[in-house]
Order: sequence, then C-alpha cells, then structure tokens
Amino acid sequence: MTVPMSYYLVLSGLVFLIGLVGVLTRRNIIIILLSIELMLNATNINFVAFSAYLGNVAGQVFVFFALTVAAAEVAVGLAIIIALYRHQSSINVDDFRLLRW
Amino acid sequence: MASLVFFYFASIILLTASLVVIFRNPVYSALSLLVMFFHVAGLYVTLHAEFLAVVQIMVYAGAILVLYLFVVMLLNVKREERFHGQTNVAMGLGAIMLVESFLLMLQGDTSWLSLEATPNPETMAKGNVESLGEVLYSTYLFPFELASLILLVAMVGAVILSKKGILESKSS
Repeated sequence: MTVPMSYYLVLSGLVFLIGLVGVLTRRNIIIILLSIELMLNATNINFVAFSAYLGNVAGQVFVFFALTVAAAEVAVGLAIIIALYRHQSSINVDDFRLLRW
Repeated sequence: MASLVFFYFASIILLTASLVVIFRNPVYSALSLLVMFFHVAGLYVTLHAEFLAVVQIMVYAGAILVLYLFVVMLLNVKREERFHGQTNVAMGLGAIMLVESFLLMLQGDTSWLSLEATPNPETMAKGNVESLGEVLYSTYLFPFELASLILLVAMVGAVILSKKGILESKSS
C-alpha cells in the first residue's frame, strides 16, 4: 500500500463537506437525509483508514456501530417524512415553519 | 498501482457524492448514492476490510437505499426548486471549513500524514472476519448489545410513526 494516510483523510473531508453543503442548501427532506448518509460514509472511510494504517481492528468495529445508527436513523427519519407528508402533503422544508418566529 | 486504484475510487466517490446534491430528481440522487456505496466498498477492500465491504453493500445498498427509493416512489413528489435562500451561507461555511481543515492539517507535526500502512501480523494471519469477531464479542460486547437495543427502539418508533390512526386517535 503506497497511498499515504493523508489521501484518505482528504477524501473523507471532501465527502463530508459535500454532505454538509447538501444538508444546508437543499429543500427536499429526502435529499437532506441522503446528505446525512454521505457524512456518515465520510466518517466510516476515516475509521477504516485509521484502522488499516495503525494496525488495530477496533476502528472497523466502530464502523459497525455507525452502520447500526445509520440504519436506525433511516427507519425513523423516513417514518417521520411519511407522517409529515400525510399531514402537509409536502416534503419541502420551507413549508414547515410552525416553530419559526 | 495501489495509488492508481485509490485515485479511481476516490474520483468516482467525489463525483457521485456531488451528483447526489446536484440532481433535481430524488431518484437520480438515490441511484448515484448507490454507485458511491459500491465504490466505498471497493475502497474498504483495498484497506483490507473485506467483511466491512460486504456489510456495506448488503446494509447500505441492499437495505437503506431500497428504503429510500421506496419512500421516494411512494410519495411521488414532482420536481421542485432545488436550493433555498441560505445557499450562499452554506457555500461560505463549506469554504471556511475546507480552508480551516487544510490549515489544521499542515500545522505542527505533519509526519503522520505520510504514514505507511502497518498491517498487524496477528490479524493478517487470522483473517479479517475472525479478528473482527474476536474484538466485537469480547471488548465491545456491551456496545454490541446496546446496538441491538437501538435497532429495537428504531423499529418500534418507525412502526408507531408511520401507522395511521395511532397518533390521531389520541389527539382527538
């Protein structure tokens, strides 16, 4: 493996930034959840890279836990989206301003 | 050779990740996220995490993304305006974080940046799945059980949230 550690860190940082910009700019709630998946994947790449370069398996175990949390988040998030759609028949975040001043 | 493989995976990952944010149609976004998950799995294989690569494909591409596509097609949302008013703020924030992370990385001791891989001879001899299982079921046994609790709570929550009539009958 001749690829230095920093390449993986830069890659995961860039993917995380793309996810962050997606969360902040898009209006569709489903795309916002997809962007959160992007950010989770960026952290997973980081974990696996450190696990491989430091010779420790614990990093890969943490990716498992991140995977579990991602699955739980998707299930609950999509259920919330369906409930919102039933209530407002819209999934545009600009339509949900009940708690806004 | 190894760096060529890395650059292939990295470029496809970055391209499809940007396409997730750029596409107007949520179905296209979900499909480009699918391509990204497969390439992340390929990156795991190059990092000697073969079991994680398989789990990534099964859980992310097989379960999570199918759930997304199912909901997108269930809701049948027409195309709408992509970005809202805080686009400029978000781009500025992203640029600031990019510059900051590069500055932090180049500050101080940078010898770890060119760290070479040090595969643990023990885990290399035993194989990825076996060493992972030993750590998961001994050191991280309690978090492992907690993860099952999280999944149970998520399952109950998803059923209650999406079932018609449970919340309405209480409020009326």
